[in-house]
Amino acid sequence: MSSFSAPPLRRVLSHVLLGLAAAVLILPVWFALVASTYNGADFLAGRVGLWFGAHGADTYKAVITGHGTIAMALPNIGQALITSTIMALLITIGKIAISLPSAFAVTYFQFPLRGFWFAVIFVTLLLPIEVRIVPTFQVAANFHLLNSFTGLTLPLIASATATFLFRQTFLSIPEELTEAARLDGASPLRFFIDIIIPMSRTSIAALTVILFIYGWNQYLWPLLITTKTSWSTIVMVIGRLSQTAAEGDPVWNYTMATALLALVPPVFVVVAMQRLFVRGLTEMEK
Amino acid sequence: MIAKRVTFKRTGLPLALLAPQLAVTGIFFLWPTFVALKQSLYRSDAFGLRQVFTGLENYRALLFHGNYLATLERSGFFAGCVTVLSLAVGLVLAVMADSLGRSGRIWQALLVWPYALAPAVAGVLWAYMFDPAIGPITHALAHIGIDWNHVLNSGEAMTLIVMAAAMKQVAYNFLFYLAALQAIPKSLMEAAALDAAGPVRRLFSLIIPLIAPTTLFLLVVDLTYAFFDTFGLIDSTTYGGPGNSTTIMVYQVYKDGFIDQRFGPAAAQSMILLLLVGALTMVQFTLVERRIDY
Repeated sequence: MSSFSAPPLRRVLSHVLLGLAAAVLILPVWFALVASTYNGADFLAGRVGLWFGAHGADTYKAVITGHGTIAMALPNIGQALITSTIMALLITIGKIAISLPSAFAVTYFQFPLRGFWFAVIFVTLLLPIEVRIVPTFQVAANFHLLNSFTGLTLPLIASATATFLFRQTFLSIPEELTEAARLDGASPLRFFIDIIIPMSRTSIAALTVILFIYGWNQYLWPLLITTKTSWSTIVMVIGRLSQTAAEGDPVWNYTMATALLALVPPVFVVVAMQRLFVRGLTEMEK
Repeated sequence: MIAKRVTFKRTGLPLALLAPQLAVTGIFFLWPTFVALKQSLYRSDAFGLRQVFTGLENYRALLFHGNYLATLERSGFFAGCVTVLSLAVGLVLAVMADSLGRSGRIWQALLVWPYALAPAVAGVLWAYMFDPAIGPITHALAHIGIDWNHVLNSGEAMTLIVMAAAMKQVAYNFLFYLAALQAIPKSLMEAAALDAAGPVRRLFSLIIPLIAPTTLFLLVVDLTYAFFDTFGLIDSTTYGGPGNSTTIMVYQVYKDGFIDQRFGPAAAQSMILLLLVGALTMVQFTLVERRIDY
């Protein structure tokens, strides 16, 4: 630590301004929380204030079970939460499961066209879903992937970033280990499973945090690949709810409750696993 | 390309290890891109029964007729505003947190969590606060004589999506700036303070030049985010309106290709987006290569 520090008055000012910024960032969440404790009649009558109303339990019960005044028009959010959880986990596991072997192959083997295959993986960075939206949907539809977990996740699990990150991790593993493994007569796969994967566990954990957030927050692809409301993810229903609310239907309470339920899991992951999160984020950009 | 000095010499095994990644890439990335490229050179008739080869006609129509140029300009304006706003706020907050040393760290969790917000979620939270009929901020603004209505006023609609989009990048930029500032040798800051350089002067003549590589890197990341990751944000706040005033490129390609099923023009837009990601990615990689030297 340094002996250098700002004068006391300036320190107080810094704390105050940082606190103010933190308050501005949390303000939208506070308003959402308050709004979710009123009912539709309160909104129509202009009774929604800056403090909690009396209908919070009703709102969340209606939203999670789908048995509220909006049940006919909107999906069951409890079910959407389950769909989102499974989707996020499948994307996370899928990306890691296909990127670890790819990184192992391009780092530890000499084989024909190695650079070319590596470049092919790299190209996915240039092709976010927004760039190839219509034909990707057509391909997925031809494979009958609409309304399925395969459709929600498989087209998203190619990952250049994860492959690069694992390659970086592998490059920092001492060469002596490979030599020792070879002298012991261990096969490449044994070496991969017994040595490389355990030595990469911090990178895997850090990446898991980032990829879970990435998977959970998907919006456009679930919107295209699901045509039945029973397959809705919680993030993608927000667009529809928001539109209904903006058109003047008194559903802001349900909309805000849904938005809060959609933000709690990824925000919890960031706050609870802050060290891993920061590590994952900074490593991914190297 | 860098590899291990000690390697295994096999052909079948590494290809088998690569196969799942390459299969997903080929089927869901490369093939659709090829199809988009092909579609961009054709025009479908009204019933979608016949495709006529038209060469670069779709591109010409986009760039010289209709409203696509306006969409490009609007997307650039939106991305520029989001980037400048989130870089400036992120830097100021990071400088303050850094000057507090250890006790500044308590603010990290409270400023970084918005990174976890899906753009659609951030969007709907802001849409509620500023809802013309019942938004709490709208009410507060009415008290000071501002009649906020982003459903009718295109400037206010753009302001709303810029603020909502910046929320997430402020968190990201803060984190990277803080790391960069902590890497500056404290002796440099002390020397500047002894030379009686005030905090503002230190910021402009010492800190900003020293962290320029981080700024360049964040600039590219923020622009990429604003251009490509904000579909959900638009789709939960302004839906591209009023008129087309918040229809940015990714929203227009969705409307043309998916809602209106105009495959040719949508495919041509896809190719333009591809060029843009390509350019941004190349700049990013050049920067990362250079960053290693710092």
